[in-house]
Amino acid sequence: MNDTICAIATSQGVGAIAIIRVSGEESISIVNKIFKGKDLEQVATHTINYGHIVNDNNEVIDEVLVSVMKAPRTFTAEDTVEINTHGGIAPTNKVLELLLESGCRMAEPGEFTKRAFLNGRIDLLEAEAVMDMINAKTDVQRKMAANQIGGKTSSLINELRDDMVQIISNINVNIDYPEYDDVDIITNDVLVPKITKLKDKILKILKESENGKMIKEGIKTSIIGRPNVGKSSLLNNLLEEDKAIVTDIAGTTRDIVEGQIRINGIVLNMIDTAGIRETEDKIEAIGVEKSKKIMEESDLILFMLNNNEPLTDDIKELFTKLENKKYLVLINKNDLETVLNREELDIDKDKIIDLSILENKGIDELKNKIVEMFHMDEIETKDPTYLSNARSISILRNCLKRVEDVESALENNMPIDMIELDIKNIWEELGTINGSSYEDELLDEMFSRFCLGK
Amino acid sequence: MYEIIVVGGGHAGCEAAHAAAVKGHKTLLVTSNIKNIADMPCNPHIGGSAKGIVVREIDALGGVMGKVADKTHLQIKMLNSAKGPAVQSLRAQGDKIAYPKEMLNELNSLENLEIREAMVEDLIVEDNKVKGIILEDGEKIESQAVILTTGTYLKADILVGNTRTRQGPHGEKPSNHLSDKLKEYGFTIKRLKTGTPQRIDRNSIDFSKTKVEPGDDKYLTFSFDLEPQYKIEDQIPCHLTYTTEETHRIIRENLNKSSMYGALDDIEGIGPRYCPSIEDKVVRFSDKERHQLFIEPESRYYDDMYLQGFSTSMPPEVQEQMVHSLPGFENAKILKYGYAIEYDAIYPTQLKNSLETKVLENLFTAGQINGTSGYEEAACQGLMAGINASLKLEGREPLVLKRNEAYIGVLIDDLITKGIRDPYRLLTSRAEFRLLLRSDNADQRLRRYGYDVGLISNEQLERLNTKEREIQELLEWTRNQKLKVTKEVEEEFVKRNYQVPAATLTYEQLLKRPEITIEFLEQFEKFPYSDEIKEQVEIYLKYEGYIAKSYKEAEKLLKLEKKQIPADIDYDKVSNIASEARQKLKEVRPTTIAQAIRISGVNPSDISILSVYLKREYGKDE
Repeated sequence: MNDTICAIATSQGVGAIAIIRVSGEESISIVNKIFKGKDLEQVATHTINYGHIVNDNNEVIDEVLVSVMKAPRTFTAEDTVEINTHGGIAPTNKVLELLLESGCRMAEPGEFTKRAFLNGRIDLLEAEAVMDMINAKTDVQRKMAANQIGGKTSSLINELRDDMVQIISNINVNIDYPEYDDVDIITNDVLVPKITKLKDKILKILKESENGKMIKEGIKTSIIGRPNVGKSSLLNNLLEEDKAIVTDIAGTTRDIVEGQIRINGIVLNMIDTAGIRETEDKIEAIGVEKSKKIMEESDLILFMLNNNEPLTDDIKELFTKLENKKYLVLINKNDLETVLNREELDIDKDKIIDLSILENKGIDELKNKIVEMFHMDEIETKDPTYLSNARSISILRNCLKRVEDVESALENNMPIDMIELDIKNIWEELGTINGSSYEDELLDEMFSRFCLGK
Repeated sequence: MYEIIVVGGGHAGCEAAHAAAVKGHKTLLVTSNIKNIADMPCNPHIGGSAKGIVVREIDALGGVMGKVADKTHLQIKMLNSAKGPAVQSLRAQGDKIAYPKEMLNELNSLENLEIREAMVEDLIVEDNKVKGIILEDGEKIESQAVILTTGTYLKADILVGNTRTRQGPHGEKPSNHLSDKLKEYGFTIKRLKTGTPQRIDRNSIDFSKTKVEPGDDKYLTFSFDLEPQYKIEDQIPCHLTYTTEETHRIIRENLNKSSMYGALDDIEGIGPRYCPSIEDKVVRFSDKERHQLFIEPESRYYDDMYLQGFSTSMPPEVQEQMVHSLPGFENAKILKYGYAIEYDAIYPTQLKNSLETKVLENLFTAGQINGTSGYEEAACQGLMAGINASLKLEGREPLVLKRNEAYIGVLIDDLITKGIRDPYRLLTSRAEFRLLLRSDNADQRLRRYGYDVGLISNEQLERLNTKEREIQELLEWTRNQKLKVTKEVEEEFVKRNYQVPAATLTYEQLLKRPEITIEFLEQFEKFPYSDEIKEQVEIYLKYEGYIAKSYKEAEKLLKLEKKQIPADIDYDKVSNIASEARQKLKEVRPTTIAQAIRISGVNPSDISILSVYLKREYGKDE
């Protein structure tokens, strides 16, 4: 039914090897046409076969290893072939061209995952996780995506729903069999602690999901300060340590990311503050408005002051915006004479770090502080099982709001069957996170747990 | 030559024949035994949770069940009266002598209806169209449409202990060939079973050891047109008792003698999940010390008491022991032993939403033959089959009730969309819009449909119009009228622990508070209009938020209901659909996207693919 698709599965560029993946009913026969070696249509499933890719004129294009995997135990649940070529751009592209000429179609972005989902191989959460896995930049990200692919996150949601289904089915039994006095009667009083428990569980998942988001999307970090306070030096210093992930491409957010710094496996996306470049003689050159906007959008603000300068009004104004934000105040140039009056800083002393970028002092302390602030040390050691994409988190947030509605309805003594309507809606909405749901689940639960009937 | 022939005189058959005849069609009702018209072979009650609402819906549409029950019941009560209005439902204890007699009177009064005693064994079929019926003796009777409401009588087997006897519930002859013929015509047949408990002589029960369950002390009716036909003080009570440790011991020790637990090795039928036998209950819920049993009178005219909760297929000698182990039943005399019954049903995904079969044109089926259980479930299908067979003859579109309009709509949609695995019973939990499908508003939901198809008179419609106008007027009144908080008013609020209103509030504002009822407010000022109108206003004001939410949900559904799937769609051409979904779609052939979503095994991804296909191939989506 499905046509056969192919694509280069490894990242484009020169690497040691490249993998071309082919999926669909004719994948084995198509690859067989351009393969010289064993007859791939005869080999056992899940085998790796050595040979050569050849063109019409029997010219060898590349020496390859070909993995043959037959449905349904493959990623897409279709027949799948993976060709390991030598990673050069030219041979890999040539093999791809040959495949396209032989009857494959170029896969659209995400099409393998889409097929896996459509073929019932993975649920919605898992499909999202696969995309995350592909985009993972750090170990923690990879681990988190792996857990999601394994369905661990799904079971987290299922656990919540199981709690709810028991409440729902019990209320339904009360409604449908009102004359049975040996079934527990769910009253508002019985329900209150159950709902509180449910709320706590959702809150916990949400909190951990925040971490998940941080792992996945990184921490938006900005360095704020007056001209010549050493912002660029700090940035360069931090980047210096980890040149490997310095990129110039736009990050995962709309902001222009100047660079990425990795601390304990968590990515700090440094927001470009170049926009606040200032003319040298004007005090307002700090660009108060622009800075405020950047601070607003940041997850972490590194506020830099010079030890050898007094506190100015514009700085004081910006300081008022630090409330409810995660921030650190870095005092630089401690090798110079002290002019700054620290008593004027109306902030927690814990948040102050003394730096001397020139002498490379205080950088480790800064990093440790960040690890502490975001509980990064805990994250790394834990099994990262939580919702990590915006869709799931926003559904869960919505559910939390509805649970709170239930709480107030209980307070107002709404009849239990009205409250059940709300609980059932929440249960259904939770089901949309991992694409499960169904009425029959409820009926089965009802009849397996309660003894009723003529 | 008849226009419509109804085969079977149970609850489905009666409603079908009644509707067809009232709509002016020359109708024949064929039954194997006139004495068994509208018989209640199992439990003696009508209504119950969700089912009571169905009886109201039947009445709203112009059916007869509610009226006949109102005229003959032994007691009536409102279930769930302490819960919200959406789950309240009437339940009456029927009279197994008076109810069928009254129903027969009702049918006999219809000039277009003829009733005949005969056994139907085949259909006249030409070009996949039904043209009439063939009786046991070969006689052919022609008609334009046939409605099958054969209940449990297709290849019925009575099972008791290790015996299997081919007969109906009263020992009568079942139809042996009709289900084979249906199979030949292309129907998929499914074997189902159900069971019934013992009947006990009223005079042999010591009621002092049981708990009394009286009817309500408030007058109630199923019908929107009848005044109460009974006296509160004349209602006959039910009683309650429990199984004992001894009962459970007897059952466990004799388990292998039960038909269902190995005494018969040829059981195919699937029994209802919600009606387990007492054997099932004792086995599956072994930790329960006792099970509740209801002792229900069957009639004013004889002494049989129905022992609800004790359904069994144990042999008679074990049943004797079991019954005698119950408190109050030490000397009980069993008048009729419990039994299980196995019967053939057609698989309901072979039906259209009008209850016409997809296999044979002009053939309609209703009731237990479609895999349901329960008198009310049967009656409402009979009514819809009767209406839709008539509409078809009249060249009109069928009446299809939606899930947000009636429990009847939920039931039929469930049957034709999801099929069945065990006998289907209506439950409030099957309705996603139960807040809209209330007992109190069945007339507002459905009367106009009844009028439109010709079962509701001008006078009945006018009554509804008046009611709706008065509701609006009273709502308006509560918006303008204010409660003056005098010292006396303040005291009353304090006495009840209610928060005293700070200043002068309108009645509308006050009634939105959960604890404040019209009844409470009427001690300060009498509200105009009848109790019925006041009830509607109170429900509307108290649950406005919830009701609005339900309407919003229902709108979402309606949007999807509007997305039609062409009847000629070839699912093999829709690529990428999962194979299980493809097979289910081919079987059910849903008429709208909304229906397709409800098919189990069809996932959201299949639906999106299907939607895209429809848009591309048929150029319309909305």
